[in-house]
Amino acid sequence: MIEIAENKCDFCGCCVGVCPVNCIEVMEADIRIEHEICIDCDICVYVCPIEVLSQTDSKKSSSAAA
Amino acid sequence: MWKDQKKFDCIVVGGGPAGSTFARVAAEGGLSVLLLEKDRDIGVPVRCGEAVSDAGLRIFHEPNPRWIASTINRIKLVAPNETVVEFDLHQKGYILDRRIFDYDLAEFASAAGAQIVTKAYIDGLIIEDDKVVGVRGTHVGERFEKRAKIVVGADGVESRVGRWAGLNTTVKLKDMECGIQKTVTGIDVNEHMFDFYLSRKWAPGGYLWVFPKGKHKANIGLAISGYYAKDGKAAHKFLDEFMAWKYPNASVLTTVVGGVPVAKTVKQMVMDGLMLIGDAARTVNPVTGGGIIPGMRSGLLAAETAVKSLNNGGPTRKNLTPYEKAWHKIGGKNHERFYRIKETIFRFTDDDLNRIADGIANVPEDGRSLLKLFTIAASKKPSLLIDVARVFTGI
Repeated sequence: MIEIAENKCDFCGCCVGVCPVNCIEVMEADIRIEHEICIDCDICVYVCPIEVLSQTDSKKSSSAAA
Repeated sequence: MWKDQKKFDCIVVGGGPAGSTFARVAAEGGLSVLLLEKDRDIGVPVRCGEAVSDAGLRIFHEPNPRWIASTINRIKLVAPNETVVEFDLHQKGYILDRRIFDYDLAEFASAAGAQIVTKAYIDGLIIEDDKVVGVRGTHVGERFEKRAKIVVGADGVESRVGRWAGLNTTVKLKDMECGIQKTVTGIDVNEHMFDFYLSRKWAPGGYLWVFPKGKHKANIGLAISGYYAKDGKAAHKFLDEFMAWKYPNASVLTTVVGGVPVAKTVKQMVMDGLMLIGDAARTVNPVTGGGIIPGMRSGLLAAETAVKSLNNGGPTRKNLTPYEKAWHKIGGKNHERFYRIKETIFRFTDDDLNRIADGIANVPEDGRSLLKLFTIAASKKPSLLIDVARVFTGI
């Protein structure tokens, strides 16, 4: 599952732009992921410039998310 | 008052330069326009290096000194081996103060008759019979729905409006540049020069920029390709390392992050009742990452088409398609060439970049230009030379 470190987020929307299933929502000062829709592709984890997002599933965990 | 008005000719989602330009031109054309911005301020936070060319800006407005932090007439390139190459630019550029610039663009739209609302967050579209007919969202905690003949997605890198309507706006990992920038002071910079640092160690698959905003102030930022971000080192670490090396005593006034979509423009920019403009339509120049002027240009072209369509036949996909055609005619072909150039240069190794820097360093200074630079860069792949020649000389 993708985990959000909300206190780090700058709400830039970079992750939203790459999400293939459009499951991330970024408001003025809030970010949410619809986990039922998320396919755990981890692309949002890779693109985040400040490491707000991480993959909690260790089996799936990539070098970026570790 | 927008709250009492149920229906508009156009609703624009996003108050950046593209959205405000659309709103102004559409309102000047006699349309009722509602522009919705999700943040509390137009133009803030500034997720942008703020560089534009004088010629680009002049397509739309006489440059106002209030918008301009620095005038640029020279460029410096720093290669991985720290070879420095400088030359004069054939046309001048500016580092804007987008807090002021974006405000003014929105004011122009308002003066033309558009209504502007901030803190208005859109989270869905109203779609009837496969036509987009409105938006739904929240304004300062209150739900609302508004109907429009045309909804305009000017929602930047996120581009969710298009996706809700069924258009594919998702950016591929390799086509997303992951950016971070600090506006700093307490440093010494040449206030008339763009600095570009090119190396996998500084910004793999992208570049690092120092854009001056005066003699002691600059936007210092970088963007790395998602392709390399996958390796596990996030953008902020690259910038921290650079700052520690080059400007350890800088005071940071602002830090922003953001994604720059360096993708091909979306195949389909319109559908029944919907138009996409600016970053949301992926109009950013894929080589430079510059999005202000192409965004404004797409906003202008889209608005001209919107006005015509509503005066003649309605906002069907067919009637909105002239915008798509106009974009491809004016900017699109070059955009595709820039995309092909980007696809080659973003894979350059540090050895390649050193070779290119040596190549341009060996050219006498008055013979150096961006065309010469990219010609040397493309020499490994001759087929690219045609693209380079065309984008820089307009053949």
